[in-house]
Amino acid sequence: MIAELGHFALILAFVLAVAQATLPFWGAMRNDPRMIAVAGPAAVTQFLLVGLAFAALVHAYIVSDFSLLNVVENSHSQKPLLFKITGTWGNHEGSMLLWVLILALFGALVAAFGRNLPDRLKALVLSVQAWVASTFLLFILLTSNPFLRLDPAPIEGNDLNPVLQDIGLAIHPPLLYLGYVGCSISFAFAIAALIDGRIDAAWARWVRPWTLAAWGFLTLGIAMGSYWAYYELGWGGFWFWDPVENASLMPWLAATALLHSAIVMEKRDALKIWTILLAILAFSLSLLGTFLVRSGVLTSVHTFASDPTRGIFILAILCIFIGGALTLFALRASRLAPGGVFAPISREGALILNNLFLTVMAAVVLTGTLYPLVLEALTGARISVGAPFFNLIFIPLAVPLLLMVPFGPMLAWKRGDLRAASERLFAAFGAAILAAMASAWLAGTEHILSLFGVALAFWLIVGALSELAFRIKLFRTPPGDSLRRLAGMPRSAIGTTIAHAGVGVTVLGLVVATTWATEDIRSMKAGDGVEIGSRYVQLDGFLQRDGANYKETVVRFTVYRTSDVVAVMEPSKRSFAARQTTTTEAAIATFGFSQLYVSLGDITADSTVTVRIYWKPLVTLIWLGAVVMALGGVLSLSDRRLRVGAPRPARRAAAAPAE
Amino acid sequence: MTRKQRRLTLIGVAGVVLACAAGLVLYAMSDRIVFFNSPSDLAEKTMPPGTRIRLGGLVVTGSVVKSDDGGVKFEVTDGAATVPVAYKGILPDLFDEGQGVVAEGLVGDDGVFAADTVLAKHDEKYMPREVVDALKAQGVWQHDGTMPTEAAAAK
Repeated sequence: MIAELGHFALILAFVLAVAQATLPFWGAMRNDPRMIAVAGPAAVTQFLLVGLAFAALVHAYIVSDFSLLNVVENSHSQKPLLFKITGTWGNHEGSMLLWVLILALFGALVAAFGRNLPDRLKALVLSVQAWVASTFLLFILLTSNPFLRLDPAPIEGNDLNPVLQDIGLAIHPPLLYLGYVGCSISFAFAIAALIDGRIDAAWARWVRPWTLAAWGFLTLGIAMGSYWAYYELGWGGFWFWDPVENASLMPWLAATALLHSAIVMEKRDALKIWTILLAILAFSLSLLGTFLVRSGVLTSVHTFASDPTRGIFILAILCIFIGGALTLFALRASRLAPGGVFAPISREGALILNNLFLTVMAAVVLTGTLYPLVLEALTGARISVGAPFFNLIFIPLAVPLLLMVPFGPMLAWKRGDLRAASERLFAAFGAAILAAMASAWLAGTEHILSLFGVALAFWLIVGALSELAFRIKLFRTPPGDSLRRLAGMPRSAIGTTIAHAGVGVTVLGLVVATTWATEDIRSMKAGDGVEIGSRYVQLDGFLQRDGANYKETVVRFTVYRTSDVVAVMEPSKRSFAARQTTTTEAAIATFGFSQLYVSLGDITADSTVTVRIYWKPLVTLIWLGAVVMALGGVLSLSDRRLRVGAPRPARRAAAAPAE
Repeated sequence: MTRKQRRLTLIGVAGVVLACAAGLVLYAMSDRIVFFNSPSDLAEKTMPPGTRIRLGGLVVTGSVVKSDDGGVKFEVTDGAATVPVAYKGILPDLFDEGQGVVAEGLVGDDGVFAADTVLAKHDEKYMPREVVDALKAQGVWQHDGTMPTEAAAAK
């Protein structure tokens, strides 16, 4: 009964989305305020209906309603409650429903918080948003309906893939989808502006908070996914250049570029056409990511059993939206008034370079991701494009970009002074050299490029902080005055500093953890020990434990540092009866920012176990850096300028202290 | 700087970055990609030792031999040809005899494939697509992803 309610709510949401896609659009074209007024309430109701459908599905999972095919295939009555709930989106149908739920949520948020938007623009935005929503709702109803009944109902379900029975499933997909789908709002704004044929600095100001929010969620979602893969898959790796990871990286690169180009548009009323294009590209890449994950055309660790009809349906959606949006862009872009060309050495010049590099990086990742498909279609050869390929092309493009990052905020708008900027970055340069020398002293000069990487990380961190120090006149006025200046600074400027420093933190983690990680694989018995990362890891023994829906063999290790016990680690082998599968749970002990990682291989009858131990120095900085970046985004989002958000006259903005 | 010069500077920089990126991609495509091969491909083509490839097929039942130092030897088949594989490290949880596997590594001079990465199925429903196609090509593919003989033995 509740499942039927959910099913009906979903159908109703589809019908409503179609209405929302057409009526406000018609109203905006005809200037009919009654039609325009439909948009807001429709968006909120659509969210409530999809929310009802989603709640019905979650309910079916919680009560283990095995008359639903989707529940049978992905749940089990013995599963802990948390995993029953998260299992709702641990499969194709449920995850698509979550996708649409978040899409509807963003629509409702625009309707609720977009009070300062002109009615016409708001109606167009919500209408475009409903085009996307209605196609995806149709997709769910026709090919991936989670509410299909099964008669007779089996007594027990097939259980969720044990790899997914983890807290990571509760956090990673919702965060990532908030990021992916958040890009749909800037897309809707871009399409609305193209239809409207009008675009100005105020547009950039309206779009920026949505882009910022989507970017922040995407950053956290990618970082969370990376950490999950790191601790769950047991290889100790955090990024595999897997097609699905690339699918999340590409929209992130495009959204990062969009964030920066929107600043130029807002402050200088330039780069308009480019910003519109980026907004379209960011969402197109998100759609492409959904297609790659859901269609199974590329072999990936994320691929579940796939169904070709779904792939074709999503491909059709992809073609309609990307093709349609780009056609509209081609037709309308020339009508938008182009901005000026500016001096290469200026804030806007730096931001253009940033955009150039980010989009080229997104393009090479796209090339590498789709190349196997193209080659197979053309020659039939099967290839795998993996880490060696991407590291070779991505790093040389990332390094110049990262080198330039500290310069950007130091340069003035219109005409920057490179020499003055360099002088202000003297401290950062010194810190970078010192850091490289210190790591050479600690770790030797064997890895010259990694020493350069460490220098780069400190250049980024100290460079970002020196910009802040310069602006608050740290050490040049009394501390009280500096504090007052800090309090008076726009939050978005502090956000920039923090986000840029976060990039440096991530770079430091990446460089140190990949270069100076040590690894040991060996067969161990109780009493055996390994010296690693200036610690001694000893195998104490084996014990059996029962979990909620599994049995596990735990291997207990004690970690000593100069004869003191510093950690007890318990990696295990879990066997899940319902699917008759085993998973390996790695054990991780964190020391400062570094981690010791123990993963198990086979346990033989005579109690010998293959053990893989890694020492990963500063590895947590990779994800902490992403958290810092997202924190910068949050600070920037709380900027008064964005909260007020109203299209204030340009004269007053000019009178405000220039950044 | 005149307007025209500024525009040219911008176009020039963009051109240089794009050219570098394109050069890198082309170089990486000639050098850093790994071709997928079935055991039959390996038997037919003679590859120079040291070529990096991905080998996919089914693990031959009874062929898995583990040694004390964490090393493991097994054989991969697609029904027509069989290739011995040596690997050191921890095998994925879903690695098993009679199951699909993809190993990445170097073709050895002694005919033994030296794998440095072993990927198994991600879950029990899913089989690497390359393996499915390789098995279909040999006409031994069954929908449950096992070899006909093993499927009979398991039941």
